[in-house]
Amino acid sequence: MKPVYLDNNATTRTDPQVVETMLPFFTEQFGNASSMHAFGADVGSALAKSRKQIQALLGSEFDHEIVFTSGGTEADNAAILSALQTQIGRKEIITSAVEHPAVLSLVAHLEKTQNITVHIIGVDAMGRLDMEAYRKALGPKTAIVSIMWANNETGTIFPVEELAQMAHEAGALFHTDAVQAVGKVPMNLAESEIDMLSLSGHKLHGPKGIGALYVRKGVRFRPLVRGGHQERGRRAGTENVPAIIGLGRAAELALEHMQDEQTRVAAMRDRLEEGLLASIPNCFVTGDATSRLPNTCNIAFEYIEGEAILLLMNKEGIAASSGSACTSGSLEPSHVLRAMDIPYTAAHGAIRFSLSRETTDEDVDRVLEVMPSVIAKLREMSPFWREREVREGAFNPTYA
Amino acid sequence: MWDYSDKVKEYFYNPKNSGVLEDASGVGDVGAISCGDALRLMIKVDEPTQVITEAKFQTFGCGSAIASSSALTEIIIGKTIDEAMSLTNQDIADFLGGLPPEKMHCSVMGYEALHAAVANYRGEVWEDDHEEGALLCKCFGIDEGMIERTVRQNGLTSIEEITNFTKAGGGCSTCAEGLEEVLERVNAEMVSEGVLAAETAFDRTRAVQPVRRKKKDLEPVATGKAPLTTLQKIRLIEETIETIRPTLQRDGGDCELVDVDGNRVMVKLTGACVGCQLSGATIEGVQAKLVEAVGVPLLVIPVAMVH
Repeated sequence: MKPVYLDNNATTRTDPQVVETMLPFFTEQFGNASSMHAFGADVGSALAKSRKQIQALLGSEFDHEIVFTSGGTEADNAAILSALQTQIGRKEIITSAVEHPAVLSLVAHLEKTQNITVHIIGVDAMGRLDMEAYRKALGPKTAIVSIMWANNETGTIFPVEELAQMAHEAGALFHTDAVQAVGKVPMNLAESEIDMLSLSGHKLHGPKGIGALYVRKGVRFRPLVRGGHQERGRRAGTENVPAIIGLGRAAELALEHMQDEQTRVAAMRDRLEEGLLASIPNCFVTGDATSRLPNTCNIAFEYIEGEAILLLMNKEGIAASSGSACTSGSLEPSHVLRAMDIPYTAAHGAIRFSLSRETTDEDVDRVLEVMPSVIAKLREMSPFWREREVREGAFNPTYA
Repeated sequence: MWDYSDKVKEYFYNPKNSGVLEDASGVGDVGAISCGDALRLMIKVDEPTQVITEAKFQTFGCGSAIASSSALTEIIIGKTIDEAMSLTNQDIADFLGGLPPEKMHCSVMGYEALHAAVANYRGEVWEDDHEEGALLCKCFGIDEGMIERTVRQNGLTSIEEITNFTKAGGGCSTCAEGLEEVLERVNAEMVSEGVLAAETAFDRTRAVQPVRRKKKDLEPVATGKAPLTTLQKIRLIEETIETIRPTLQRDGGDCELVDVDGNRVMVKLTGACVGCQLSGATIEGVQAKLVEAVGVPLLVIPVAMVH
């Protein structure tokens, strides 16, 4: 049976057309773009083309606003650390409780070691930002606001444009981690107040180990990695040429498929979601169904645990992911679902299905066919589930 | 993806003895839905012989939690209560062909459920010994309270000592930063209470990074003394192993000297050391101690490997 891959928010398959575009840059066009000979010049113009392709996907005004990085995490780190250096006298960061660890771990470290104050803005039960708390946190001390465009676990989309305008009213810079949004939702940064934006290649059918930071023209910037003059001095180190070429091609393909993503992929996601809700009792969708990525659906199955669900799904050839504690090695369930106050009875059993343009109707059929029995098998074993049917609340461990 | 043994997978995909045991003689509930795993163990005991004739489980948890629960029932059926109570969580892990270090707590949960079920059968109240405070070392399930208590009681001043006394930090070592914070705080408190000299207290700014000893450091040290006779060497090896044994015994393990052949020292690890995923580290530690004591390069070989 053909495996069903519904974990595209974790990573996507590199599009074969992307790989094809990359290959000559390993063996034939291997030059260093900085070199004063034809080998270098060819590569230099290829890099310029890639930058234009990304500019087109983001709808940004200038191609030199794109700075290539090793991925989304580096871009996030570079953006926040730069702002702290350029925003003299401002020692506060505002971010949300549902950011990726690339942002949350960094700001926690800065708060602990560098006399920086961090405001973590909470979300409501649907994962929407607490706008009132955000408004109150903004002030003359705010150096930068970093809030994601879309959440990786629930797909909830944040009103980044409005958030950026509010940040600017307070004189703060606005950065968004758009790793999950780029290639899935249309963007027009030329008309936007967003100052910096992070993206990652492998989330949009590009290669791993490559990403970019968009830095709007005029925004002062201090590099994270110092050394040579590459990327106009904003990111030193010889360019990862094949990966950059691949990222450019992936951006071009993402733009071509944008309509498909918004319509066909979204329709498949909706069919999957409605089908699961209809055939399985005691489960619900997490996140903001009215403002969500077209490819993501996160469903919490009550009274069972996510890793066990994934293992049984994997046995049936279906790949998805969970915010469950047990898959990550920690004991707390997903910080995103906890921030949304999803009860423990369900947070441990939340499964994220993330589709892509490569997902087919047959894939969705297969998941709809398999999931009811997977869930039923585990619930049969769960003390909480049985007790619900037989004696309400009788399961009573000594420590709870 | 976790590196589960085939036996863990087998016991997860096709668990034995899952379900409700009607008219059980003892029921043990441990864990909580908030922790991500919970287990109910139900046993039936034959009163005159004290033999556990039936056991069933219900588990909310990950793959290894379900496999551990099922393994537990398989192990205890047919055993007397006393025999079952002498089992350790390691026995459950061994039965399953080992568990990833981060999943060892699943076997601990099985052990606790057994004790809770037996207490329930005997009409006693089972008290868990879970302490307050954040769980620091997830590999071995060691919380902040236990580390603080051990540091205070034993006057510990280094991370290595904490690992030796509590195992915390001995697995994946991602908790190293957290351990340093607790150690620094507790040591500072001890200094201000006058029970620890300020110069010995742990201080992150002065802490030296542990360095893996290079091969040449293991060469014999020129002591000016005459080289040891073979008999002297073997005696010294014997004496050194005797000093190491109490540490291993504290964790339910043991180590005995089997033979010495030139610079090859054959030892046998027994008890909890058998099948322990850290036995490689134990052998390494024994070797370092012996080389230090004897002053010549030695190779310690666990006998299970020489046939």
